[in-house]
Amino acid sequence: MRYLPLSETDRSGMLARMGVTHVDELFADVPAHLLLKDPLDLPRRKGELDVARQLGRLAARNVPASSVPFFVGAGAYKHHVPATVDHLVQRSEFLTSYTPYQPEISQGTLQYLFEFQTQVALLTGMDVANASMYDGSTGTAEAVLMAHRVTRRKKAVLSGGLHPHYAEVVRTQSQLAGDDVVTLDADVRASEDILSQIDATTSCVVVQTPDFFGNPRDLTEIAEKCHANGALLIAVFTEVVSLAALKSPGAMGADIVVGEGQSIGNALNFGGPYVGLFATRTKYVRQMPGRLCGETLDAEGRRGFVLTLSTREQHIRRDKATSNICTNSGLCALAFTIHMTLLGEAGLKRLARINHANAVQLSGLLAGVKGVEVLNQSFFNEFTIRVPGKAADVVEKLAAKSVLGGVPVSRLLSGKGVDDLIIVANTEVNTDEDRATFVAALKEVL
Amino acid sequence: MSETRYTKDHEYIRVEGDVGIVGITDFAQGQLGDVVFVELPQAGKVVAKGAEAAVVESVKAASEVYAPVSGEVVDVNGAIEGQPGLVNEDPAGKGWFLKIKIKDKAELSELMDEAAYQAFVSSCS
Amino acid sequence: MLNNQGRPTTPKDSAVASHATFTRNRGLQMEEALLFEIGRTDVTGVDLDEPAAFVSRLGNLARDEEIGLPGLSEPETMRHFVRLSQKNYAIDSGLYPLGSCTMKHNPRLNESMARLPGFSDIHPLQPQSTVQGALTLIEELAGWLMTLTNMDAVAMSPKAGAHGEYCGMAAIKAAIEAKGEGALRKVVLVPESAHGTNPATAAAIGFEVRSVPAGEDGNVHPDAVRTLMGPDVAAIMLTNPNTCGLFERQIVEIANILHEGGGYFYCDGANFNAIVGKVRPGDLGIDAMHINLHKTFSTPHGGGGPGAGPVVLSSRLAPFAPVPFIKRDGDKLALVEDAIGTQVLGRLTAFHGQMGMFVRALSYILSHGSDGLKQASEDAVLNANYVRARLADLMSLPFGNRPCMHEVLFDDTWLKDTGVTTLDFAKAMIDEGYHPMTMYFPLVVHGAMLIEPTESESLASLELFIMTLRDLAMSALRGEKTRFEGAPFYAPRRRLDETRAARAPVLRWTPPQPITDAQQAAE
Repeated sequence: MRYLPLSETDRSGMLARMGVTHVDELFADVPAHLLLKDPLDLPRRKGELDVARQLGRLAARNVPASSVPFFVGAGAYKHHVPATVDHLVQRSEFLTSYTPYQPEISQGTLQYLFEFQTQVALLTGMDVANASMYDGSTGTAEAVLMAHRVTRRKKAVLSGGLHPHYAEVVRTQSQLAGDDVVTLDADVRASEDILSQIDATTSCVVVQTPDFFGNPRDLTEIAEKCHANGALLIAVFTEVVSLAALKSPGAMGADIVVGEGQSIGNALNFGGPYVGLFATRTKYVRQMPGRLCGETLDAEGRRGFVLTLSTREQHIRRDKATSNICTNSGLCALAFTIHMTLLGEAGLKRLARINHANAVQLSGLLAGVKGVEVLNQSFFNEFTIRVPGKAADVVEKLAAKSVLGGVPVSRLLSGKGVDDLIIVANTEVNTDEDRATFVAALKEVL
Repeated sequence: MSETRYTKDHEYIRVEGDVGIVGITDFAQGQLGDVVFVELPQAGKVVAKGAEAAVVESVKAASEVYAPVSGEVVDVNGAIEGQPGLVNEDPAGKGWFLKIKIKDKAELSELMDEAAYQAFVSSCS
Repeated sequence: MLNNQGRPTTPKDSAVASHATFTRNRGLQMEEALLFEIGRTDVTGVDLDEPAAFVSRLGNLARDEEIGLPGLSEPETMRHFVRLSQKNYAIDSGLYPLGSCTMKHNPRLNESMARLPGFSDIHPLQPQSTVQGALTLIEELAGWLMTLTNMDAVAMSPKAGAHGEYCGMAAIKAAIEAKGEGALRKVVLVPESAHGTNPATAAAIGFEVRSVPAGEDGNVHPDAVRTLMGPDVAAIMLTNPNTCGLFERQIVEIANILHEGGGYFYCDGANFNAIVGKVRPGDLGIDAMHINLHKTFSTPHGGGGPGAGPVVLSSRLAPFAPVPFIKRDGDKLALVEDAIGTQVLGRLTAFHGQMGMFVRALSYILSHGSDGLKQASEDAVLNANYVRARLADLMSLPFGNRPCMHEVLFDDTWLKDTGVTTLDFAKAMIDEGYHPMTMYFPLVVHGAMLIEPTESESLASLELFIMTLRDLAMSALRGEKTRFEGAPFYAPRRRLDETRAARAPVLRWTPPQPITDAQQAAE
């Protein structure tokens, strides 16, 4: 077997040297009647060609985003990732290395994590960021836990504009921990009254911007009311490119900023692996979950980097840890760092302008389709439209015409008058032709 | 004339009148390694004997500091917040954590004296 | 004509260099500055065309100020990250004997498969009719995991091992509450030797942790469990094989104690690599077990992640799995994403799980097949025992020289009076070109050294590793402390000041401040 270097001669020689006749003697502690004698009744080994054929057939039964006009967003976004990124993340020393617990031989990983942390802090307008979470949704749940620790309260208020999956994750966790959650109704027009929900029992308020329906939110007033009541404002984003176009959550007064970094450096990957970004103020750094990379000196006085503030983590605090997290999203964070390096400020801002311009163009075209209403006053690269009839059916019919025209809100939210809403995303990958095809197909199916 | 008593968790309490000065012993700081962070209670906090009074962290370990006796925290040593290394350098002196106004001096007799503590430490190592 | 282009072709000078270089580079070993010290905000390595004029719809929330993100051209980016990569040890560079991490070879076929556009370029929320191949892949992988473990269900969505533990323990909590025993059963039994994620997970879900002492033979004893078992116990969390590298020989009896007492058995599957195809955890009586795809099933560690932690579940716990999960209806597969009206515990992550890792794991599994998987486990156990047998005369085994599973645990008794600690020994391994083994874990022995070679090592590689450790061990025993105290000497960095990093944390780059007149005067 190509991945197993030992030959039969090796095996018998090693066993003999140990005075063992059969390898099963090494499994003597396994209850004898449960030790399997033969391989399980499953397919036998395959060479690369066979595996590639089998998996290739499965891959061919999916419709890749690049193959059709593609306007699907709602929490994950199709962007162009430069070829350089994928080459670099596949370098052996990045791909096949372990967590940098031995810093002397992990300075590559540690230095890019330090750069990553700095990039995230700058983008979010905050003081410090960690070395990444699994994704935006679990990061949001961790942010709520952190707020409970800081405020010593246990009631979270979730905006009706928070991604429904993110809200569900927070609710599941809160139920298990015995914490309270108030979720406001789905807020398509960004008109909810969240201020009246904030009082002295509130631990945190969780607001997404741009929200699930695409509306950018001004967090300033919410931040003020939170702080007046001793609560924390947690700002959430699902499209990190938006941070280049819109006022940073930090500038608007957020205490914790958490979100999804997938748009930069990482493919759609059917939902994972992604990369959670998490940032906060210096005063809260010891309550922050996840890994942290810090700068220091080595024995010869040279600058180096190490994982630090580990006493927050599970391997030391055990049942008193800030969370049970063990891994970060290492390689995805690296991809983010590389892509962000290639873009730089100038490139990122231009990318954001292209995204917004494309979305503006599309919104104009869609608004011109009979029966279609664009609901957002403002948006970045994603907005919500109302269509006649059931949105889910419209989207299926578009798919039958090889157009992936957005996400029906009903896929993530049930009832509550959302059955006729579609969330439409438009990034730099969409061409004028794509938009024209989309509009034409939409006219046909309505 | 001040008297010092010790707990099985390696805290000391040096009694001066009604007040006990509490810290961790030299043995404890050696076990912990370089102290990097301490979390002190607010002055005014009332603690029961054996309750968690403070937290001391090194790079690789974190430990609770328990109140050796019941009482009210009347003072905390802000110096070790800014300079946690003092706990390693001078645990019995400049590295003190907090001062407790002792509620019931009888609780002191439940703690080890110097000789008993040294014997205890020998059995630990 | 006489050729006058001659120059020397044999080396003349054999002196060892001791001068400092101008760049501070040493040949191929290069120093590399931070991105923020070499990049500029007006430089970009991506060609994008400025869009045609448009009317902004950002409202009044446009970001005006400079963010401060430096950019590099493509050649500079390549060089920056290539140089960084060269400072890392990796599986592809050498043996990584990290116990409990299973640093096996990461097959490159996995990477090609994961990058097929049909897997990497699909969105989790595009219509399900357009991703039937992806759903089929997940179903197929799930089938393998259930068959390998002989369990009835599997929750695929957890994003890492610890996340899987959370999922499994949450399902147990939900099952207990469904029986009306939520207020009663609040305790989880966890061995002292457990990985830190176990008690952290139990506490996160609101359980109280009660510690089970380790037996003197390194195993957990049924009597110890029986003593701690009671009507207030929800579950036990056991790792099998355990963190000492030993198979829990009385695991079936322990499972019975829990079940008879109305509790559940959570198994930490971090060490599954020892027993795949040799024994099925379901046959041992477990109710839930997470599987680390990045350990047992070769998905790359990537410098710290991403991982994936699917959780196999018994039929008793299956109703309490989280959404989403896949349901088959004839020849169509559908994701069930809505928990309403079910006993399902809720959702643990946005979207569906780590699809990228599923592709890689299935590629690994299909490549090995049932016969290859069995062989891999046997080789993993054989390699670890070979290391044990060849070092047992020099290094101390806390539980005696008995067969281990896929990893072997030494303690630091043998280093007593040498002045060399486990840490020093580990750092000296770096100079020899090896990543250190897992140190100081598990906590139940002093100065633990946990070595897991995996099945990916050839006999020659193992022999060199063994001989190197023997050389180091004998050197330590001879009292040659300087080799150890200052180690590593030859790595890109010497030992780093972790105290400094924790006392005055510097967690990001900030622009250097211009020196003030007062500071200048003071110098």
